[in-house]
Amino acid sequence: MKFAENWLREWVDPKLDAAELGHQLTMAGHEVNSVESEGKKLIGVVIAEVIAVNPHPNADRLTVCQVTTGEGEPVEVVCGAPNVVAGMKSPLAAPGVRLPDGTKLSRSKIRGVESNGMLCSAIELGLGDEADGIIALPDDAPIGLDLSEYLELPDNIFDLDLTPNRGDCFCVLGIARDVAAITGATVTMPELPQVSATIEDSHPVEVEDPSACPRFAGRIIRNIDPDARSPIWMTERLRRSGLRAIHPVVDVTNYVMLELGQPLHAYDLALLKGAIRPRLARKGETVMLLDEREVDLAEDTLLITDDSGPIGLAGIMGGLSTAVSEATKDVFFEAAFWPPSVVAGRARSYGLHTDASLRFERGVDPAGQARAVERATELLIGISGGDAGPLMDLIDDEHLPAARPISLRKSRLKKVLGAEIKDDRVVEILTDLGLDVQQNADGWAAVPPSFRFDLLIEDDLIEEVARIYGYDLIPETTATAELPLGPVIETEIDLEQVMATLIARDYQEIITYSFIGAETNNRFTGKDSELVLSNPISSEMSVMRGSLWPGMVAVAAANVARQQERVRFFEIGKSFHGSLGKPVEVVRVAGLAVGSAVPEQWGRRAQGVDFFDIKSDLEALLAMVGTETRIDYEAASHPALQSGQVANIVRDGQTIGVLGKLHPAIAQTMDLNKDVFLFELDAALAFASNVPKSFAVSKFPAIRRDIAVVVDDKVAAADLVRVAASSAPDLIQSVTIFDVYQGPGIEVGRKSVALGLILQETSRTLTDEDADAAMDAAVRNLEREFAAELRD
Amino acid sequence: MQAMSELVRLAQSEIDSAADLNALDAVRVSYLGKKGALTVRLKELSQLPADERPAAGQEINRAKQEIQQCIGAKREALESEALARKLVDDAVDVTLPGRGYGLGGRHPVSRAMSRIEKIFCNAGFGVRYGPEIEDDFHNFTALNIPENHPARAEHDTFYFPGGMLLRTHTSPVQIRSMVEEGAPIRIIVPGRVYRCDSDQTHTPMFHQVEGLVVDRNISFANLKAVLHQFVESFFERDAELRFRPSYFPFTEPSAEVDVLWGKGKWLEILGCGMVHPNVLSNAGVDPEEFTGYAFGMGVERLAMLRYGVNDLRTFFDNDLRFLRQFH
Repeated sequence: MKFAENWLREWVDPKLDAAELGHQLTMAGHEVNSVESEGKKLIGVVIAEVIAVNPHPNADRLTVCQVTTGEGEPVEVVCGAPNVVAGMKSPLAAPGVRLPDGTKLSRSKIRGVESNGMLCSAIELGLGDEADGIIALPDDAPIGLDLSEYLELPDNIFDLDLTPNRGDCFCVLGIARDVAAITGATVTMPELPQVSATIEDSHPVEVEDPSACPRFAGRIIRNIDPDARSPIWMTERLRRSGLRAIHPVVDVTNYVMLELGQPLHAYDLALLKGAIRPRLARKGETVMLLDEREVDLAEDTLLITDDSGPIGLAGIMGGLSTAVSEATKDVFFEAAFWPPSVVAGRARSYGLHTDASLRFERGVDPAGQARAVERATELLIGISGGDAGPLMDLIDDEHLPAARPISLRKSRLKKVLGAEIKDDRVVEILTDLGLDVQQNADGWAAVPPSFRFDLLIEDDLIEEVARIYGYDLIPETTATAELPLGPVIETEIDLEQVMATLIARDYQEIITYSFIGAETNNRFTGKDSELVLSNPISSEMSVMRGSLWPGMVAVAAANVARQQERVRFFEIGKSFHGSLGKPVEVVRVAGLAVGSAVPEQWGRRAQGVDFFDIKSDLEALLAMVGTETRIDYEAASHPALQSGQVANIVRDGQTIGVLGKLHPAIAQTMDLNKDVFLFELDAALAFASNVPKSFAVSKFPAIRRDIAVVVDDKVAAADLVRVAASSAPDLIQSVTIFDVYQGPGIEVGRKSVALGLILQETSRTLTDEDADAAMDAAVRNLEREFAAELRD
Repeated sequence: MQAMSELVRLAQSEIDSAADLNALDAVRVSYLGKKGALTVRLKELSQLPADERPAAGQEINRAKQEIQQCIGAKREALESEALARKLVDDAVDVTLPGRGYGLGGRHPVSRAMSRIEKIFCNAGFGVRYGPEIEDDFHNFTALNIPENHPARAEHDTFYFPGGMLLRTHTSPVQIRSMVEEGAPIRIIVPGRVYRCDSDQTHTPMFHQVEGLVVDRNISFANLKAVLHQFVESFFERDAELRFRPSYFPFTEPSAEVDVLWGKGKWLEILGCGMVHPNVLSNAGVDPEEFTGYAFGMGVERLAMLRYGVNDLRTFFDNDLRFLRQFH
C-alpha cells in the first residue's frame, strides 16, 4: 500500500517527522517497506508556458521553443520532447538550477542553438519514472509559480507491507485511524458530503441473493463534460499512490478507493441494458473484462449482470461492454459490499489480482458504501459537472456482518501477555481503535467497529492491546517448567555420529534440492516418479527425487568442471517414493567419491578410488551398529550402476542400501567422464543399533593357521570365509582374507585366496590336534563346496 | 709385578683407542680371550712357587677386573654413541605432510542447524520431524489458514495434482506433534521447507527450525525471553532485539523479530507469536487450560549472518571451495 505523507497529514497530523512516523507504523505492525522522498531537491523549477515551437535548424528531433514564465522577455529553449506543443504549460528549469539528480543546468548551445534552460520530464524532476516527454501541466497552472508549491512538494511516499488481516488499512482513512490510535493524535474527518439530487433518474438494481450482496449503493450522474480533465492535485495523489490518471470518472473511483477504502465501479449508463443483477455465474458463461481479456466463468463466481448477460466480476473487475470512455456522458456509480467469503480466492482462480479484489477479500467497511458514492459524486461533479440523481442504498441488515461484543478477561490478558497493563490503558487503547468498550465483572466487553474484520475472539483483542501498548514494553520472563528426565534410547540412530564418521573419512557434506528432472530421476531409479509437481520452478526440478544420487552427481560434475579433481560428498536427506495417495519418505545417507583414493601426496602412489575404498568407508560406518548384527554385501544389479560392480548391502537378511560404480553411460549424460563410486543407505534400517551384550574374553592363547586355496574366480570370497568359519564354529574365532592372487602359477579362470584363521578355546588351551582337526574340516568343506584345491 | 701394571696400562690405551665395538672386542680377546695375555698369565701361575701364587693370582685377577671394567665402560660409551648415530640417521623431515586421508566437513546450513538444535536441546526441548509432502489440512487449514485465506497467496506453494503439497513451513509438525503427544510440549522441528520462488534472495528449498512450547502458563513475555536468549546464544554475543507486531494466522499476538546488526540496521531473523487458540483446538489441546508460543526461523538466514555469507544461493551451489571454508 502506497500513500503520500501530505495526504495522510490532512487526515491525521501527529507531531512526528516522516522517519519517526515510519518507525511508529512499523512498530504497530505496518512494516514500512520504503519511504521515497519527492521534490526535496526541487528548487527553482517554475511553471512556464510554451508560446511557440519551431524546428531546430540542425536537428530533426529537436525543437526550439519560445517559453515564458510571465516575467521579462520569453526565452529560447531547445527541447527534445515529442509532446511539446505551443500553448502547453510545463516545468522550466532555468540555467543555474540544480536538478534532483545533482545536474546543474547551464546556458549552453545544443547543436548550435543556445538553450536558456530545460523543459523537464517527470523522471528528470524525480517525480516518478515517466520519461516519454515533458510534463504537461493543466492549462490553468499559473505561470511563474514555483513547481514545488504548485504540486505540494516536497512529499514522502510511504510503501507499507500490510498484513492480510488488516484490509481496513488499504486506504488513507484506515492508516490515519491506526496512526491516531498509536500516537494519540486525532483524525480530522472531512465533512461527509451529501450531494442533493438535481435529477430524478435512477437505475434499477435487483439483488437476488442478499447474502452475497447485503449492501449496494449507487447513483446516476448525467451530462458530465467529456472533455474535463482531472485536476493536478488528484492526479498527483494518484501517482504518488502508484496509480495513473486515466479519465476523470476512473480517477475519481480510484481516488475514493485510496481515500476511504471502498472500491467503486463506474458504468457508462448508456451501455447498461436493463437492471443490474448480481448473481452467481452459470455454467458456460464468459465475460470480456476491462483489460480485454475474456474469461470462462466458474459457477462459484459472483457476477454483475444486466439483460445482456455478465458485465463484470463482482469485487474483482468490471466488464468491457459497459466501460466508461472518452465518449461517456452519463455514469452509474456502484459501491457494493461483497462479503469476503463470497469473493475470497476468486480473483486468484482467474489469475487476477486487482485493487478491488485485494480490498474485498480482506473486507471493506460495510458501513462505507453510501459515503463512497457521495464522495465520488462530489468529486466528479467538481471536475466534470453534471447532474446527480438520488443516492440509492440497498441494505439487507440481516446479512450484513453483525457487531457482536467480544469479552476480554483481565486474567486472560495477563496470562497470554505476561505483562501487567493498567485497566485504564486497556480501555483507552480499545477505545482509540474504535471499539465500544463496556466494563464487566471479569474485564470488558468490546464491540469492534464495522471496518475491523479481524476482531472476532478474545485473543484478537489481546493482540490489539499488545500492539498499541508496545511489544517493547512487555517484559522478558524466562518460563519455568518441570524438567523430568526422559528416556534416552541407546539404539536410536544418531545421524550426528554418522556425519562425524563420514567427515573423518574425508567426505564433505552437501545439500541438494529435493526435486530433480523427471528423466534424470528415471535414469537413476529405473522408474518414473509418481510425485510430479504441478507448478515446478523448471522441468529440471519437477519430480521428487527417488534417490539422492542425481543431485549429488550433478554437484560432483560441477565441481570437477571447476578443476576439483578429487570429490567426495555425502548428503543426508529424504528420497521420495510411492504414490500421491500414499507418499513414502525415506531418510537416506548417500555418498559419492570421484578421483584419487587419497589426496595427492608424497607418501602414497596416486591411485583412482575404487569399489573397495568406498566399501571400507561403509564398513567403518556400519561398524557403529554393533556386533550383534550381520552385514553382507551381495552382488546385485541396479539401473544406475555398472553391472559387476554393484552390491546390495544386507543387514540380517534385509537390504539396507546399495553401493557401486555409476554406469559410465549415465556418468556421461551428467557430463562427468570419470569413475564415480556411490553408496546410498536407508538411515533408519541401517543405523538402528543394538545395546552391546558383553561376554568374557578367553584367557587362553589363540593359534593362527593360514591356508591358501585355488578356486574358480566366480567363487565369492565371502562364501569361502563363511564355509571356513562354519567348519568349526566353536573354535574358529575369525577368518581373514590376506591375499588374493591370479597370475603365473594359477590356471586362467581360477584364483588363489589365502585365508588366515584364528582358533581359540574359551575354557582351555587349544592343542595342535584340535587345531589340525578344525583345519582339516575347513579344507574338506572348501573342497566339497567349491572344488577348492589346497595350495602348497 | 711391574709388568702387570704395565700390561693394564697398555690394555687401557688400546681400549681407549678402540674405534668401534669390533675393535673393542678384539682388544678384549687379546687380553681376556682364551689366548689372551691375562689368560696366559693365569695359566703360567702354576709354574710359580706355591707361596708366590696367591699374591700373583690376586694381582692378575685385579688386572683382569680392571680391564673388564674399562672394556665395559668403553662398550657403553660406544653403544650410546652408535645409538645416537642411528637416531640421527632416523630423523625425518617433520615438515612433510602426513600420509593418508584428508578430512571432510559439514555443510554450513547443517552446521548452523545442529547448533540451533543444541541450544534448544540443552534447555530440554525435544526434536521432532514431519513429512515434507504434506496435505492441505496440516500445512494450512489446521493452522488457521482456511481455503481462500489471503495468507495462502503469500506462501508460494508447490502443489501436486490432487491437492497434496510440499510443506511451506515446518509448522505442520506443530499440529502433528500436539495431536500425538498433547500438552505440555516443548519441541523444535528442524527441516526442509519449500516455496515456489527463486531469485537472488529466495531458493525454492530452504531450512527452518520451528519451536513450540505449550504449557499451563506460557506467555508472550516467555517468548520474548527465550528468543533473546537464543539469539545471544547463537551469535555468542549480546544482542538487541526488536519485536514487531505482525500477522501469522496461526499465532496471536504475532511478531517478527529483528536483530540490531552493525550500525543501526535492523535485520529480520524470525517470526513468532502465541499459538492461536484455534490451532490449539484443532490439535486437541484446550486453549483455556493451555497457552503456548511458537516460532520459526530460517536457518540459511542465520547461517549467513553467523558465517558472513552474502549470497543465499551459494549454499546450494555446493562449490567445494566454498564448503571447505566451514571445515
